[in-house]
Amino acid sequence: MPAFHAVVTVELKESILDPAGEATQGVLKHMGFSVDGVRIGRHIRLTLEAETAEEAGQVAGRMAEELLANPVMETFRVEVLA
Amino acid sequence: MQIGVVTFPGSNCDVDTVKALTDLGVQAVVIDYRNHRLDYLSAAIIPGGFSYGDYLRSGALAARAPVMAALRDAVEEQKLPVLGICNGFQILTEAGLLPGVLRPNRHGEFRCDWQTLRVAAESPYFPGLRVGDRLRMPIAHGEGAYYTPPGSLQALFQAGQAWLQYTDDQGQLHALTNPNGSVANLAGIQQGSVAALMPHPERAMHRYLGSDDGHKLLSAWIDGIRQEVGHARV
Repeated sequence: MPAFHAVVTVELKESILDPAGEATQGVLKHMGFSVDGVRIGRHIRLTLEAETAEEAGQVAGRMAEELLANPVMETFRVEVLA
Repeated sequence: MQIGVVTFPGSNCDVDTVKALTDLGVQAVVIDYRNHRLDYLSAAIIPGGFSYGDYLRSGALAARAPVMAALRDAVEEQKLPVLGICNGFQILTEAGLLPGVLRPNRHGEFRCDWQTLRVAAESPYFPGLRVGDRLRMPIAHGEGAYYTPPGSLQALFQAGQAWLQYTDDQGQLHALTNPNGSVANLAGIQQGSVAALMPHPERAMHRYLGSDDGHKLLSAWIDGIRQEVGHARV
């Protein structure tokens, strides 16, 4: 079976405070950058074998649902790399 | 009766918890996270620590360990009483055995301090703890901000699941006594036979160490286990 790379991006829901993002934004402003928002998420790159890119994406999505993201506070999206 | 203290890679309050239970006259056994069977236990504690280095999200990896599937079965089939402490609370929410989730502290600091709590709901698993009772215990966590989605808080209180709240020394609730940014100052949650709190009762077992309110909480729990599972298994 061919191998695929899939990237799962996990982000906090917009309604959720992100103390790490706020702290980072504060420091960026302190450094003189103009920035109106920082939200810190997670980039998870998976290497997996599957019959098709579509199947790889489905499996990666299940991994995200069952472990990589917590639906109470996070959203995720999956991208299969060519 | 035999109470299991479930230990994961990175748990570090397991020995203190075993000692606390032993002080209370209970036989405590350490349960390895690879265990598949818990049906011989009268109850289980998930102790504090940093299971799996808090990687991914605190409690997330431990929640998928084999022992947690056994724990879920025991809760669903036998109403096994379970108490989560600190990281144990995080693991139980990640496992879906308690509602909500614990997030990094609002102020971004690890908070290690004494904290007064108030009992917000009674439970058959903690006879002797009455609404309004004050308990003083240590807290020590970086990710203790309890969060529950908008609109779900009222149901949590109505169902008696909002169990413990952070207060000032007089037992008064206000924002300034919230050490981590938890919604509604929540420090502990319960659901059925499962309860958990961020503070450490096992570190408040003797007056000469600052407080024996942890002794009070754990002995109430043991009384509750004896009454709930009674003759059958204890």
